[in-house]
Amino acid sequence: MLKKTYDWIDERLNITPIWRDVADHDVPAHVNPANKMSAFVYCFGGLTFLIIVTQILSGMFLAMYYVPDIVNAYRSVQYITDEVLLGNIVRGMHFWGASLVIIMMFLHMLRVFFTGSYKAPREMNWVVGVLIFAVVMGFGFTGYLLPWDQKAYWATAVGAQIAESVPFLGVYIKKLLIGGDILGALTLTRFFAIHVFFLPAALLGLLGLHFIMIRKQGIAGPL
Amino acid sequence: MSDQKAKQENKGLSRRQFLTYALGGTGAFMAATIAAPLVPFAVDPLTRSSGGNFVDAGIKESDVKSDFPKLIEFRVHRKDGWVEENVKMRAWIIRDKEDKILAFSGACTHLGCAVSGTLDASGNPKPSDDGKWWFHCPCHGGRYDVYGVQDPVTPPQRPLDAYEVKVEGGKVLLGSLNKRKA
Repeated sequence: MLKKTYDWIDERLNITPIWRDVADHDVPAHVNPANKMSAFVYCFGGLTFLIIVTQILSGMFLAMYYVPDIVNAYRSVQYITDEVLLGNIVRGMHFWGASLVIIMMFLHMLRVFFTGSYKAPREMNWVVGVLIFAVVMGFGFTGYLLPWDQKAYWATAVGAQIAESVPFLGVYIKKLLIGGDILGALTLTRFFAIHVFFLPAALLGLLGLHFIMIRKQGIAGPL
Repeated sequence: MSDQKAKQENKGLSRRQFLTYALGGTGAFMAATIAAPLVPFAVDPLTRSSGGNFVDAGIKESDVKSDFPKLIEFRVHRKDGWVEENVKMRAWIIRDKEDKILAFSGACTHLGCAVSGTLDASGNPKPSDDGKWWFHCPCHGGRYDVYGVQDPVTPPQRPLDAYEVKVEGGKVLLGSLNKRKA
């Protein structure tokens, strides 16, 4: 049954080469933990992506209940946590996933660095990786404000002050970031838009580049 | 034949180059047309000027003393996007050495905690038992004198931010909050 469906699609779109490229290529020996135990470090990139996928999914579903305005934000998060079926769990996935994605990304970055995989011809991929790092930091910063509680408010206030400390442009950067002179209604909506629309668009674009380059160039060679 | 060829070489712009410029230019024009409303939309906050207006601090000019700062509360009408509210604010007010009214915020210039003044059991200001340091910040030990000037060996690196002060009809009016030079 499954084969019939696959054949039907393959006859029309010729997807077998793509499938071969993704699923049927051998894991290089030096990258295979079954071969060399210490190669598990090569799994960190994929794990980072896995957690990003859970963040996107849990985030999408949270958006079914969350309200990004200063009157309802906190209350809507409370509703998710206390009353929505397994709301606590979905929120938890997103909350803990946020910390995990940062950790995984760091481990992945360390692996790439210490195996020298950023060297030629993979320099561009490293640069894309650094941009992804910045985007993920942006996710953390903007997402943190959304529950609109004391911790969220003051963490954002401190972050905005840091942005303001940039010479000459700092005042304007801060104003653009928080949507005005004060941290308020406009900040919350702005951060929500950045967190849910702008950054995901940037992330998907960068991840696309990241993966295309890896498939094109292959994983870096053994040490 | 060779005449025609010579003419073409002298012209300088090939058909391919021309098309590249034309299509690239059109594409850039279309992108700019889409971006034209979006960019001002995003940077709208930069076009709005802050406050500038003075509010009644609820204290008479004659009630401002020169010995110790006094804590005052007042309300400011604030517009935050579509939200309008009368926000409660606090300030410390005192007359400085030149007998001018000085009003400053109680937010520590280190990381923003509310500093405590030296008050007695009934909440009235009293002389400090810490030399000239009258304000103490509970968070990281920041200290300030009665004019809100910081102790340089403590975390804050500049004095407490000061309000612009105006006196009208014997009443104290407070304007925008500004950083003071270290």
